[in-house]
Amino acid sequence: MRLVAIGLVAGVFSAFFGVGGGIVAVPLLILVAGLPERAATATSLMAIAITATAGVVVYAYRGEVELGYAALVGLPAAAGALAGSAWQQRIRASTLTYGFAVLLSVLGVWLLAS
Amino acid sequence: MTASTIVLALVLGVAAGVLAGLFGVGGGILFVPALVALGLGQIEAQGTSLLAILPTVLAGTWNQRRYGNLRPRTAVVLGVASIAGVEIGARLATALPEATVRRLFALLLFAVAVHLVWRTRRQEPRYPESP
Repeated sequence: MRLVAIGLVAGVFSAFFGVGGGIVAVPLLILVAGLPERAATATSLMAIAITATAGVVVYAYRGEVELGYAALVGLPAAAGALAGSAWQQRIRASTLTYGFAVLLSVLGVWLLAS
Repeated sequence: MTASTIVLALVLGVAAGVLAGLFGVGGGILFVPALVALGLGQIEAQGTSLLAILPTVLAGTWNQRRYGNLRPRTAVVLGVASIAGVEIGARLATALPEATVRRLFALLLFAVAVHLVWRTRRQEPRYPESP
């Protein structure tokens, strides 16, 4: 039941923002479902495959999916994900995290200004 | 599309993948701004981001399965349950003005930035630095 509730929340979040929903699913899997950190991140990735497939269908039905653009960012990201999940096994990610936090903040300011 | 925007898209793509692998997310948080930078509208960027997420999470899942971290049954329950939420989320996003969704997305970026820092600081005492 807990997993179903987490899934529902992640699904709404995912389709509303066009993201995977992992940012809400991972903390909930740790805090509510009691998974260890790495198991939560791994399991979230697989769940997102299902969530995002449903999202693509719903958005494509409305004509809002651009295949070429998806490949342009998605294929380099697949390589990045192999590196990221490998690094996760052996490094403490704090330096990278602060870098990402800065990057996200800059993009947030840019989106608000554009 | 200029050469520099393509380079930006590739760089943000790789960064999105690293973020996805490290934190168990899809990378959409970086795909959407990258796609907006390439000239897509907010809603179009979100739909396209969901497609870009697929190769990203499949690569991450494949790696995590080799490391033995994956719990497939939990993932399937979670993923199938999310499908009902997806329809609700997409309806909400397409019902609102695009500028509103874009501003909310910007707020999401700030919230995630704070959240990532918090998550990393919280786990620091439990995972001492490897040599």
